[in-house]
Parts: sequence; structure tokens; C-alpha cells
Amino acid sequence: MSALLEVNNITKIFPKVRANDGVNLVVEEGEIHAILGENGAGKSTLMNIIYGLYRPDSGELKFNGEVLNLSGPHEAIEKGIGMVHQHFMLIPVLTVAENIVLGAEPSGISYNRKKANELIREISRNYHLEIDPDAKVKDLSVGLQQRVEILKAFYRHAKLLILDEPTAMLTPQETEELFGIMRNLKKQGISIIFISHKLDEVKEISDKVTVMRRGKTVGTLNTKETNEQELANLMVGREVVLRVEKSEYNPGDVVLSVKDLTVSDEQNIEKVKNVSFDIRSGEIFGLAGIDGNGQTELIEALMGLRPIKSGIIKYNNNNIEKLPTRERYKLGISYIPQDRQQEGLIMKFSVADNLILKEYKNSQYSKNGVIQYKRVFENASKKVEEFDIRPTDYNLLAGNLSGGNQQKIILAREVGSDPKLLIAVQPTRGMDVGAIEYIHKRLLQLRDEGSAILLVSLELEEIMSLSDRIGVIHNGVIMDILDGKFATREKIGLLMAGSQIDAKEVEVL
Amino acid sequence: MKKLLKSIYMPILAVIIAIIIGSIIMLVTGFNPLSAYASLFIGAFGTLPNIANTLANAVPLIITGLGVAIAFNAGLFNIGAEGQYWIGAIVATWIGYSFKGLPWYIHIPFALIAAMIAGGLWGGIVPGFAKAYTGAHEVITTMMMSYVAIYFSHYLLEFGPMMEKGSVPQSPLIKDSAVIPTILRNTQLSYGIFIAIAAALFVYWLMYKTVWGYEMRAVGFNQRASKYAGMNVPLNIVLSLSLSGIFAGLAGAVQILGVQHRLYDSFTSGYGYTAIVVALLAKNNPIGVVFSALLFAALGTGSQYMQLNAQVPGQLADVITGLIIFFVAADKIIEVLKSMFKKQKKEELAS
Repeated sequence: MSALLEVNNITKIFPKVRANDGVNLVVEEGEIHAILGENGAGKSTLMNIIYGLYRPDSGELKFNGEVLNLSGPHEAIEKGIGMVHQHFMLIPVLTVAENIVLGAEPSGISYNRKKANELIREISRNYHLEIDPDAKVKDLSVGLQQRVEILKAFYRHAKLLILDEPTAMLTPQETEELFGIMRNLKKQGISIIFISHKLDEVKEISDKVTVMRRGKTVGTLNTKETNEQELANLMVGREVVLRVEKSEYNPGDVVLSVKDLTVSDEQNIEKVKNVSFDIRSGEIFGLAGIDGNGQTELIEALMGLRPIKSGIIKYNNNNIEKLPTRERYKLGISYIPQDRQQEGLIMKFSVADNLILKEYKNSQYSKNGVIQYKRVFENASKKVEEFDIRPTDYNLLAGNLSGGNQQKIILAREVGSDPKLLIAVQPTRGMDVGAIEYIHKRLLQLRDEGSAILLVSLELEEIMSLSDRIGVIHNGVIMDILDGKFATREKIGLLMAGSQIDAKEVEVL
Repeated sequence: MKKLLKSIYMPILAVIIAIIIGSIIMLVTGFNPLSAYASLFIGAFGTLPNIANTLANAVPLIITGLGVAIAFNAGLFNIGAEGQYWIGAIVATWIGYSFKGLPWYIHIPFALIAAMIAGGLWGGIVPGFAKAYTGAHEVITTMMMSYVAIYFSHYLLEFGPMMEKGSVPQSPLIKDSAVIPTILRNTQLSYGIFIAIAAALFVYWLMYKTVWGYEMRAVGFNQRASKYAGMNVPLNIVLSLSLSGIFAGLAGAVQILGVQHRLYDSFTSGYGYTAIVVALLAKNNPIGVVFSALLFAALGTGSQYMQLNAQVPGQLADVITGLIIFFVAADKIIEVLKSMFKKQKKEELAS
């Protein structure tokens, strides 16, 4: 094997940040090479340089032994570098074939549908990527849309494929399929750069791992000769606790009781159908499911942000389904929303102001309508210290903090108020290992202090390691509620995909 | 202090660039920019009466500008401040001339408060509720309400119920008890300037120190997060637009009671529109509004003097105003220019 891509000593400096600082990387032909690193470690910058979106300030790129001097992605594509972004660049209303050939249509002025379809069938046969060229992209599952993106690269004769966090949106089964595709491509001599922060996936699929930290490549290892613990330590730069240490499950009284809850969306389509479950104090109830199966509507209904169609929501034995959102907060319910920048924070407010976003009206922080800023700042300096929010200047705008620290502001506000019920939606989304470790620790601590926690996450790993009980939602219906101790990945995965019968069979086996 | 400098740095830079481009235009069209700017400055600040008139001009701009800034802070574009100003002026005039025998300390506050309520209703009730509950865009509704107000004043004055006896389309003079006295004789400067400054301090306190202001700004920056935090978003939209109208209405009243003393028939006062520019340049900071209103008032009074003494057309002041708006609105352009300049310097150093 010979080196297909060589990255020699690349440096890229943005105002105030050395995003890439002397980065080295060698990708061989027919190799799956994982790039592992925390958020902000410089993975995306490096990929954007390889893909021609950024120009490096110094250093050299070699592809097929030839020095590359890319002025844009079109040149990278021409050379045979393809990239599948985390967020797909597809046009939903067009067909698969139209999306694939877009910008490089076969022949002449008029679009030759037949020829395009033929070409695509041929490529999909060659690379074992079955797909119907005439299907509309909007009708495809996320996994198939990703396949379209991969085909796009091969239609343009890619020899190197960059996959940016490709598993983030997939179910476990879809992830397995993707890995199958990747192994197949490898056999055909295609090189793949696989970007991820999920250690188990990197371990499973890659041949080599390059770990990045703070803009530098800290090492390249043969995947077989390393383990998850070593990789995590390299990534964070210190000893990390990977396994969540959980104390004995000791449930108390029912805190939240949902009965026959039905919720519709704006188009009056039922998104949550007759859902019932209880959550007790001292318990983490995990809600697993593929994105868009009614989780959002369910949570918004629980918080009073969306009207319910029918059903009962009881909190400490009192009906709350008619209470406005603020009253629910006052009863001791806390809420970490899914989108921290759009729903959880006001980016143009200071950290201190964001920390009182739900309590500014309480006598603690305001008197006769005037905000008592002395107390607001006292609270801010206390929370900044306790939750290790950096930088420590609470007068900074929330928008100027990193994603992880933004999440810590929300955590400080919602967990720091000692809630009796915490609803946490994707609390670690986009966080890096160190921050995830911390957030998990705080959630478990809250559970041990006797709070009830509803954890909604798309990360199965997270649900499985934290939850005492796991509800799986599919198409607005809770398929089953499993004991956290005995639930398996396969079983949850099947329930997520909606097949209850198969799941039962797995249990028997 | 550093923070303050940082926040006023861009507006000041915008003004300086506008002045430089203005002088290039003057050079090209054959005028001497130095003498033009000198006479502009003398016209605005050269003598005590000139200063007084500049300040007097600033009063309605400050108060209306505050109104527009409140709406901006709440993420709303009150483009109809002009109409709310007219409604305030109409109400203040009517109360000013039709109530007899009131002591000044009742008559003046009565007229001011009534005008504020009228302006608040004009800006808040129709556009506010329409925006909050149907999503009707406030730019359209406030604009249309503005036309209604202006044409309503034409109706009142042109042989309507508020026309003075005779053939001139104007209202009767307000009673002496309703007049806000002048500070300096033979100028237009009235004690209204103190109302304007007090209003600026009040709005600053309201927006940055109270629960109300906190909510309005939160809703302005991010409606979704505000809703998630349990705030009543529609109510805040109505409140902010009302408050915005209250100040525009107050501006109309102060202008009638302090300067005009009667309502004239005209198409526009222009204050409601300039106020948008005032608020933009001030970056919606209530204290900044005072200074940016002073700048535009000075451009106004100074340009007349410039026209007379340097024979530079007064419209040039409008050109400068336009350029300032352009650079304030497009402060990204300034950032790009800055970074280009820096880069060049760096390259020179390197070579």
C-alpha cells in the first residue's frame, strides 16, 4: 500500500485561534482512517482544508504524490476527493438521480434522465449501494439519504471519501449498514476518512486512528493495538472515566404521571398517541427513539409549550396539563431543551442574565419590578464557579462562549435550582468527552438526591448507561418500557425502528 | 470604560467616514470642504442662539428616537413613529386650546399624558395586537396607521373641527397655561429639553434595570427561548409597541406645547423618520439616542447656515446623513475595510 493523502505540517490560524497547528496525517490506499477529537480540536478545519474550503497558512497537502494547491472544493472533487457533510446537501423535492448528477449532468443542454439513471445504476451496482434513482429524496430515510451523498462522491470519481460524523443521525441498524458499505468500499481500494467522537464506532470500523487535541495531531495508532480508554485519554489529555459509575436504583414516589396523552402538531396530525408512563423520584427514565418520532411534541406538551389533545399529566398527584409554562417551573420542574442556542439561551444576554432567565421575577432577584443586580451577580459568580463555566467573566455574552460552556450555563440554571423533576433533552448533544463525563455526573448526582429525571436522547449509549428504565418511542407510540439493567442495544434498536414482534423474538433468543 | 469605547467606536467611525466622503464630494463639485464644515459647525454651535436651536431641534428627535429604540430593543421595527407623533400632537393641541382656567401644573401634565396614551394606543393596540395574534408585520401596520394619523390631521385642520376661524388651515393657539416656557428668548429652546433628557434616563432604567425591560429585550433577541422560559411573548410585543408609541406621542406633545403652540397643516414633520436613523446610529442605547439626536439636529441647523455662508447647498447635509446611515447599517463593510487595512500592514511588515 502507498500513501494516497499526505498532510504535512499544516497550520491554519484564525483570529485568536490556532485551529490547526502543525498537523500531520497519512492516509493509505484502501484504508479506513478515523480522526478522533473533541469539539474544537480542529477536525473540521483539517477536513475543510483537505476539501479545499480553507487555504492553509503553511504546510503542504499531497494527493497521489502530487502537491495540491486547492482554490476550492471543485478542484478537490476533480482530483478525486469526496466529502459527505454531517448535514446533507440534498434537494428534497428532486429525485435521487437528479441530486446526484446536479452540477455535472451527463451530456448536452437538456437533461438526459435515462442516461443519468443508467449511470447511477451502474455506480450503485459497482459499489453495492442499492438505491432507486427515481425516488424523491424527501421520501428516503436518513440512512438512504446518506447513501445518495456517498453516491454523489463516486459519481464524481472519488478515490478518497471524507465522512463527517456520519453516524450522528442514524439508528443502530443503519449504522451497521453504513459500516458494511464502508468495508465494501475499502475492499475496492477506496480510502475513507471517518470523523467521529464515538470511541466504540472508531474501534469497530477503522484501521488506524489519528487523535487530535487543541489543533494538534497527538498521535496515530493502529486500531487493533489500542483500546477505548487509551484513545479517550489521548483525546482529552488526562485520565477519563468512561464507564458511568451508578449507585443502587432506589425509586421513591411517583413524581410525574402521564396517562393516555395525545398531542397534535401544527397541521393537526397526531404526533403523540395515547402515551402513558410514570417516573419516580430517584430514577432516570430514558426515552429512546429516532429523531422526529414525537419526542419533541411530547416534551413540549409536558412543559405547557404545546396544547394537548387529550390525556392527563400529573405532577406530585396534581393535574398540571392546564398550567402555563411558568407555573410548571415554579412547581419545581426544570427543563434542558434540545436546542441550547435557540431554546435554552438568549445568546445576546450576558451569562449572568441567562442564569436567571426563569427566575428573574422571583423575590430573590427582583423587588417591585426592579432587578436586584447585586444578587444576580452573586448568583452568577457562585454558579460560574460551581459549574466551572469558562471564561469566568459572567458579563460576557452567552454567544461568546463555546458550545460546551453554553450548555453548562443551562445546566447551572436547571440543575442548580434543585428541581424535583428534570426534563433533559439531548443534554450532551455535540459535547466532547470531558463535558459529557461532567454532565452525566451531575445528572446521576441529582438522581441520587431523589429527583426524577426524564432523559431524552438520540444517543443509545447515553440512554443505556444512565437510565434505570427505558421507554422506546416510535411514531408517537411508546413501544415498550424496558428495565435499564437488561435492555440490549439490539432490542432497543428494533423497537426504535417500530418492530415490536421482532423485539420479542430477540428476547426469547 | 473599555466597553463603552468599544460600543461607540463603530458609530463614530461611521460618522467620520461619512464626513470624509462628504468632503470628497465637495472637492469634486468645486466647494471647499474646510470652509463648508466650518460654517456647518458654526451654524450648529457657533453662537448661544445657534446652540439653543440645535438643542431645540434635538428634543423631538430624542424622544421619538427613544420610542423607536424601545421597539428595536424588542426586535420590532416601528416605522410609524411619525403617525404616533402626529396623534400625540393632535391630542396635545386639542387639550391645549379647549380647556380654560387650568393651572399650568395640571394643564401641561394633562396634555402630555393624554398625548402619550393616544400615541401608545395608536402604536400598540392595532399594530401590537395584529402582530402578536395574527403575525401581521408591524412595518406594514405601523406605516399604514401613520398615514391614517397624518390624513386625519388634514381632515381636522382643513375645514374640520380643529380649524381656527378664518381661511388658514391651522388650529387655534393653545392657552398660556399649556405652554412649556422657553429657556432662551428668541430661540425655540424650551424646558422640553429636560423632559427629553429625563425620558432618556427613564428608558435606560426601564430597559436595563427592570423586569419589564428584561422581558422585552429577551423577547426581542429570541422569541423562542423567551417562550421556553415561560414568558408571555404576545403580551410583550403589545407592550413594547405601545411603549414605543407612548414616547412618539410624547414627542408630538412636547413639540406643540414647547415650540409650535398650535397644529399646522403639513404632510410630515419628518421627526418620526429621522428617529429611526437616530436609534440606528445609537445602536438602540437610550443614552446614545441623546447624542445621536444631537448630531442630526446639528446637521439640520448647521446646514442652513452653511448654505447661506459657504454657498454649499444644504442638501449636502442630507448626503452626509445618508452616508452615515449607510455606514451604520453596513458596519460589516467597515470591518472588512479594517481587516484589509490590517492585512496590508502585516504584509508590508513581512516583506
